[in-house]
Amino acid sequence: MDWKGLATPRVLAVATAVVMAAALTLVFFYAPLEAEQGFLQKIFYVHVPLAIVSLCGFIAGGILAIAHLRTGDSRWDVRSYVAIHMSLIFGLATLITGSIWAKGSWGHWWVWNEPTLVSFLIVFLLYATYQPLRFAIEDPERQARYASVFAITAGAFVPMNFIAVRLSSAYVHPRVLGATGNLPGPMELTFVISLAAIALLYATLYSLELHTKHARAQLRALRRRVDERTDVPERASARSAAPSLPLPPRTVGTITSMSGRPRAGREA
Amino acid sequence: MAALLAELPALPLHTAGKYVAAAYITLFVVIVIYVAVMALRVGRIERQLGELSERARDADAAGEQPRVGA
Repeated sequence: MDWKGLATPRVLAVATAVVMAAALTLVFFYAPLEAEQGFLQKIFYVHVPLAIVSLCGFIAGGILAIAHLRTGDSRWDVRSYVAIHMSLIFGLATLITGSIWAKGSWGHWWVWNEPTLVSFLIVFLLYATYQPLRFAIEDPERQARYASVFAITAGAFVPMNFIAVRLSSAYVHPRVLGATGNLPGPMELTFVISLAAIALLYATLYSLELHTKHARAQLRALRRRVDERTDVPERASARSAAPSLPLPPRTVGTITSMSGRPRAGREA
Repeated sequence: MAALLAELPALPLHTAGKYVAAAYITLFVVIVIYVAVMALRVGRIERQLGELSERARDADAAGEQPRVGA
C-alpha cells in the first residue's frame, strides 16, 4: 500500500472535509445536551480537540528537532518549524474559543486563577518567542541549531506543564481525559470524531505548508540555474525566520539547458 | 432537503447560541485566513515561475543563435 500517497494535501483535504462534516453533524444533532452547561457545552467539541492537537504539535516539533540535531539534515528543521508554526495557529484558536467558553460559562473572558487556562497561555507565549528567536540569528545553520534546541526544551516542557496542572489542587476546569472518564457514550463518540477532524485539519495544513516550502525551494534552485546561464551574480538571500529546504549543489562544468538540452563548453 | 431538515431536531439556540456560534465561526475564520494566505503564497510562486520561464526561454533563444565572428 502506498502510505506516502495518503499524505498528499488533496487526499488529506478530502478526508478532513468528510470527517469535519461528520463531526459537526454529531455535535449538533447527535450528542446530548450536557445537564449543567446545556448548549454552551458544544464548544467543548472544538476547543478541547484544538488544545490537544496544538499541544501534540508542539511535542512533535520537539521530536522532529531531535531528528534534525541527530542527522544535521535541514529538512527536519523545516518539518519542526512547520509543526510549531501550525501549533501556534491552533493554539491561538484554542485561546479564543476557550475565552468565548469562559465568557459564556463564568461571565468573564479570562480567569487568572484557573491553572489550565494560564498554563496553556504560558505554553503559547513560550512558543510565541520561537519565530523572533529564529529571526534574531542571521546564519541559517546556527539559526536551525538554536531553534532545534529551543523546540526540544519547550517540547519537553509541554507534558511537564500538563502533568503539573493535573496535579494541582484546583479542579475548576472541566476534565476531559483520564481523570474522570465519565463522558456518556454519544458524547465520547462525538468527541473522538471531533478530535480526529481537528487532527486531520492539522495534518492537511501541515502537508500543504510543506508542499509550498518544497515548491519555493525548487523555484530558488531554478532561479539559480537561470542566473548562472544569464551571468547574473548570485543574490544574497534576505534574513528570514522561516527555514528553507536545501538546494541541490551548484552546477559545475556542463550546464544543462532549461529546455533539457545539455550545453557544453561553458565554465562554471 | 427540506424534508431532511424538518426531521432534524431543533437546536436550542437560546442565550448560549451566540457563544457556540462564535467559537465555531472562530475555527472557520482561522481556516479561511490560512487558506487565503496560502493562496497568496501560491500566487506569488506562480508569478515568479512565469518570470523565470520567460528568462529561461530568452536564454535558450540567445544560446541557439550563431555567434558572429566565431
